[in-house]
Amino acid sequence: MNSTRLSKDPYSVIITGVGGQGNVMASRVLGSMLVNNGFSVTIGETFGASQRGGSVMSHLRISETSSWSPQIPKGTADIIVSLEPIEAVRVLAAYGNPGVILLSNTRPIFPVNVIKGDAAYPSVEELKKSVRRLIPHSIFIEATEEALKMGNPILANIIMLGAVVGLNILPITRENFRTAIGERVSPDTVDLNMDAFDLGSRLGQQ
Amino acid sequence: MSYLIDNREGVQHLLMGNEAIVRGALEAGVNVTAGYPGTPSSEIIEAFSKIAGDRNIYAEWSTNEKVAMEVAAAASFAGLRSLCVMKQNGVNVASDFLLHLASSGTRGGMLLVTCDDPGALSSVNEGESRLFAKLVEIPLLEPGDFQEAKDLTTWAFGLSEKIKNIVMIRSVTRMSHASGNVTFGPLPETVPHAEYSCDGPLLDTETGPVISMILAAPELQHGPQQEKLEKAARLFEDCPFNTYTGPEAPELLIVTSSACNLYVREAVHLLEIDDRVGILKLATTWPLPPNLIKQNLMRADRIFVVEEVLPTLEGNIKILAADMAPETGIKTFYGKHSGHIPSVGELNPDIVVSALVRILDIDYRPADATFEYEAAALADTMAPNRGMTFCPGCPHRASFWSIHHAIALDGRNGFVCGDIGCYVMGTLPSGYSTVKTLHSMGSGSGLASGFGKLKQFGLEQPVLAVCGDSTFFHAAMPALANAIHHKSPFTLMLLDNRGTAMTGFQPHPGSPVDVMGEPAQAIDIEAICRAMGAKVEIADPFNLEKTQEMLNHLMEHGEGAKVLILRQACALSPERRGKKKFDVSVDETICIGENCGCNRLCTRIFGCPGITWDNDKKVSRIDTIICAGCGVCADICPVGAIRKKEVA
Ligand code: SF4
Ligand code: SF4
Repeated sequence: MNSTRLSKDPYSVIITGVGGQGNVMASRVLGSMLVNNGFSVTIGETFGASQRGGSVMSHLRISETSSWSPQIPKGTADIIVSLEPIEAVRVLAAYGNPGVILLSNTRPIFPVNVIKGDAAYPSVEELKKSVRRLIPHSIFIEATEEALKMGNPILANIIMLGAVVGLNILPITRENFRTAIGERVSPDTVDLNMDAFDLGSRLGQQ
Repeated sequence: MSYLIDNREGVQHLLMGNEAIVRGALEAGVNVTAGYPGTPSSEIIEAFSKIAGDRNIYAEWSTNEKVAMEVAAAASFAGLRSLCVMKQNGVNVASDFLLHLASSGTRGGMLLVTCDDPGALSSVNEGESRLFAKLVEIPLLEPGDFQEAKDLTTWAFGLSEKIKNIVMIRSVTRMSHASGNVTFGPLPETVPHAEYSCDGPLLDTETGPVISMILAAPELQHGPQQEKLEKAARLFEDCPFNTYTGPEAPELLIVTSSACNLYVREAVHLLEIDDRVGILKLATTWPLPPNLIKQNLMRADRIFVVEEVLPTLEGNIKILAADMAPETGIKTFYGKHSGHIPSVGELNPDIVVSALVRILDIDYRPADATFEYEAAALADTMAPNRGMTFCPGCPHRASFWSIHHAIALDGRNGFVCGDIGCYVMGTLPSGYSTVKTLHSMGSGSGLASGFGKLKQFGLEQPVLAVCGDSTFFHAAMPALANAIHHKSPFTLMLLDNRGTAMTGFQPHPGSPVDVMGEPAQAIDIEAICRAMGAKVEIADPFNLEKTQEMLNHLMEHGEGAKVLILRQACALSPERRGKKKFDVSVDETICIGENCGCNRLCTRIFGCPGITWDNDKKVSRIDTIICAGCGVCADICPVGAIRKKEVA
C-alpha cells in the first residue's frame, strides 16, 4: 500500500502531451482517484487548441485542505508525466526543478513545422541523455509501442498512469484506478485498461 | 445517471467550473437553458442537455447568443427560472436585447452566464464582458473557486427574483475549464407551471406586458432599474461569498475576484506572507457594496487590486475610495495603473508573486538559476514549437488547398474574407495563408459584400468569403442578403462540415437532431441560398479537381453573390471519427522526395500531420496512427507515389 499522506501540500503533477492523446481523460482519472480518497484536487487544463495538434497540459494540485491555483507556479512541479518526448522537455523547462520526477512516453508526434522541414525533431536517444544530465529522476517508457501491441495506441495514457501510480508516491492504489476507470469506460474494456495499467506499473518501476 | 444529478446531500465530486455552475442552477431549480457554443462556455448547455429528461429541463443551442437570451427571457417572463450562456464575444451579440431586458426587468430568476477568455487561449480576442454589467446596469457576480461556482449560481437566482432583473455571472477559462472538489446541496422538487400574465396595466411589473419602452419618460423605467441596482448593492453588503482572510491590520490589502483569487492565495503561500497581507475576495463585483469596501479599506493604507485584462475592479474601487477618503484616509493603489499587473493576457501565480515582491520589497528567488538556464537551453534546441494546424483528414485543409490554387490560377490577386470557426487557421500557413480578413461571426460575408461594391473605385480583385454552416445561421445570412440585394459580386464558400466543429460538434439549425437528441427540423442551407437568389453550387472538398474547377467558374461568373457549398463532415464528427475511408501509403520507390514539384509538396506545403518525412530514406511516409484516411494527399502527389485503397 502506498503512503496515505502527501510529502508536500499542495503536491503538483503535470500531465502533458499533444491533442488527441487522451491527456484530459488521464488527468480526470487521476484526479477522481484522489478525490475518492478524500483529497482536495484542483485540475487546470489547457485544451482550447487541443484538437488541432497543439500542446496540451493538465496541472493537478493535490491537497489535504483546499483548492489551489489551476496553474502551477513556474519551477515547482513534483511529477511531470508526458505522453510525448519533446513536450516533456518543454514542460521541464517551464515547471521543472532538479528534484522533479519525469515519466515520458518515447513516441514522437511531429509538429507541423517539423513535417514541413522548417524545424528539426531531435533524436529521442539524444533527448533522453540530455534529460538525464539535467535531472536524476527520469523514466522513459515505450508506451505507444506497448499500447499498439495491446491493440489500441490510445492506451498509452493508461500505461503512463500505471507508471505514475507504480512510483508509490501518490496516496492511491490499483483498486482506486479500477473504480475510477470503471466509471468512465464500458464494462467490457475494464480488463484491457487494467492490463495496460499493470504493464505501466511494472515498466515504471524499472 | 450523470453525477451532476447525484441527490445525496453532502457528497463530493470533482467538477469542472462549468459543471459546478450547472449543479448550482439545478439546486436552484432551473428549468429553461439556452446558449450558443463558444469556448470556454460550451460544456454548460451540453451538461444540461444530458440531464434534461431526469430534471425536467429544456435545453437548446440557439441560432445565436441574442436568440439564446430571448429564449431564456421568455421562460423568466412566464415565471420559470432560466439561464442563458455564452462566451464573452457572444455578449456583444446579445447586448442589444440585454440593454432592453435590463430595462424591462424579469420575473422568474434569470441568469446570464458569460465565460471570458483572458489570454485569448481559444478566442480571437480577450474582450471583456464585465463592463456590460456596468453599461446596462445589472449586478455582476464572479465565483472565486469551484465550490463557489456552484453556490453563487444558486444564490444568484434568488437575487434575480429579489430585484426582478437579470443577473450576470462571469467565469473565465481557468475557472470554467479547471476542476475542483464541490460538495453538493439538495436538489429541489420543482413542479413548474409556466404562465405569462400580461393583461394587467402597462408598466405593472407583476401582471402587465413586459416591455422596454421609455418614451421620453426615463423616470418610469430607468429610475426603478437603478433602484434595483441599489437594492443589489445593499444585499451584497452581507453576501456570504465576499470574504476577508488575513490579519486585522495588514501591511497590504489585496482585493481580488474570480480565478485571480486562487493565484493570490498561491502567491501568498509561496512567499509565506500570510501574516503581512490580507485578502479581500469579492464575489459581487458590480455594484460594489460601499460599506464592505469602506470597512476593508480602513484596514490598510496600501491596496493591491489583482484582476485580469482591464482595470475594471480597480477603477470601481478607486471611485469609492475617492468618495470615502475623508473617512478612510488617502490610499496608495497598486495594480494595472501602477504597472504591477499587466492589462494584457491572463494572470498566473508567478505574475502575482513578482508584483508582491516589488510592492513589499521581498527578497525572493524563485528557482534554481542554473537549472532554469540549462532546461531553457535544452527546450530551445530540442523542443520545436507546435503550431496549430487542421486535424488530419480535415475538410478545411482540402478546401483551402483548392481555394489557394483557384485564386492563383485566376491570376487577378483575389482574396478571402475569413470568419469564425476552425477555419480561422486559413490565415496561417496551415491554410496556405489564404484568408486576408478576420473579425467577428459573420463579418467575412459582410466585408465581402462591401469589397464587392468597390469596383466603381477600381478594385478589380475577385472577392471571396468563407463561413461555416453554424456561422451561416448565426450571423452570415443578413450579410448574404445584403450582398444579393445590392448585387455585390462575391463568392461565398460555405464550409459545411455538419456541425459546430470548433467547439465540439454541437448541432445548429441545419442539423437533423437537437442538443437533447430529439429529431429536429433541419433547415436546408442550399435551398435558403437559392431562395435568397444566389447562384449555388455544391462540391465535395475532397474532390480537389472538381472544387477548383467550380471555384474558377464562379469567380468569373459576373454579377451578384454566388455560393459554393463545400460539403464534407468534420474529421472528428461522429460519422467520420475513427473510420478510415482509405488505407493510404507511400510507395518509396516512386516518391521523389526533395526533387518533387515544390520540394516535398505533400509534407512541406500540403502539411497534413498524417504525412511525415523519413529523413534517413528521404521519402515521405504515412503515419498510420495519425492519418484519418481521407485520401486527399493521394491526389496532390504529382508522381502518384501516395496510394489509396478503399477500406473494405
Ligand atoms: S475539428 Fe474538424 S473542422 Fe476543426 S480542424 Fe479538426 S477536422 Fe477540421
Ligand atoms: S489520407 Fe493523407 S491527407 Fe488524408 S489524413 Fe491521411 S495523410 Fe492526411
